[in-house]
Amino acid sequence: MSEPIILTPEEARARKRRNFWLALAISVFVLLVFAITIAKMKAGVG
Amino acid sequence: MVDVGITETRAAAASDYFALLKPRVMSLVVFTGLVGYVCAPGQGDAVLGFAAILAIAIAAGASGALNMWFDSDIDAIMTRTRARPIPSGRVAREDALMLGLTLSALSVVTMQLAAGPLAAGLLAFTIFFYAVVYTMWLKRATPQNIVIGGLAGALPPAIAWAAKTGSLSLDAWLLVAIIFVWTPPHFWALSLLQKGQYEAARVPMLPVTHGAKATRQHIFAYTLLLAPLATAPIFTGLGGAIYAISSLAGGAAFLFLAARVLASRAGEGDKAQDRRAGILFAFSIFYLFVLFAALLVDHGLAR
Repeated sequence: MSEPIILTPEEARARKRRNFWLALAISVFVLLVFAITIAKMKAGVG
Repeated sequence: MVDVGITETRAAAASDYFALLKPRVMSLVVFTGLVGYVCAPGQGDAVLGFAAILAIAIAAGASGALNMWFDSDIDAIMTRTRARPIPSGRVAREDALMLGLTLSALSVVTMQLAAGPLAAGLLAFTIFFYAVVYTMWLKRATPQNIVIGGLAGALPPAIAWAAKTGSLSLDAWLLVAIIFVWTPPHFWALSLLQKGQYEAARVPMLPVTHGAKATRQHIFAYTLLLAPLATAPIFTGLGGAIYAISSLAGGAAFLFLAARVLASRAGEGDKAQDRRAGILFAFSIFYLFVLFAALLVDHGLAR
């Protein structure tokens, strides 16, 4: 068994910030795919 | 990995991952891509256009991350690149690789959704060409590295063109050709200033393999080709009056500065002589920006 990794407060904060940006990026991608779909439907392209 | 010990000193911030995407290169690629999109015939949908340009930007970022993953050994030696996230120990190599691969897939998928197979295929080819053909192979193998590798940086206007029209025309390839021929004098001017660093990192740049004089001659030869080539859009109808003035005046200035470098001893250790190469390098960026901005203005006015 390996030792469990305990993050320092600074590392925990850095991880939280990284996760925030990751969540934002995924959300933007989902919205982008939605917008592309709508634009294509408007144009009548499958 | 070696990185583990170092990363403990400072946890990676989101900005470190952003730095992996080479944001400055990204901005130039976005700009030339945007110009390609605007110049391409047809109306084009704003949302699909935005998605296509975003896909190009993400692909450029992905290529940058893959380049930094593979080149971290070289980056650690050269002072210009020593502070990058991997050699400075802020981001692990594996993380850069994963980021690069993920963003590559994401960008190609987005392009396929927004613009179809031609643009998506070209985008995938560009990432492959930069990350594999240039970074992994040419860069360490031949002084022609940046000549051939320059194709990756030259393709974005054609990708954007294909995204809008679904096809490619002579004008699209003309934009590619201009960036392609512009790349060698641009990079060689910089490499004249950093000869020692490339030597230390064992990168076979032209000044290292063939000397400063041969490099100055190559810079001038490519500029002789570039200046007239950049006027071609005037004759195909791609460029208007503003482009005509910009390409003629810019080409003349580029030729003058390249001739000054040719007549100098730049790259031979004399700081005053090196300045001429430094000026040419800075001007080359300005020149490309002005050419593409002129196209943007010409096409904006034509609407």
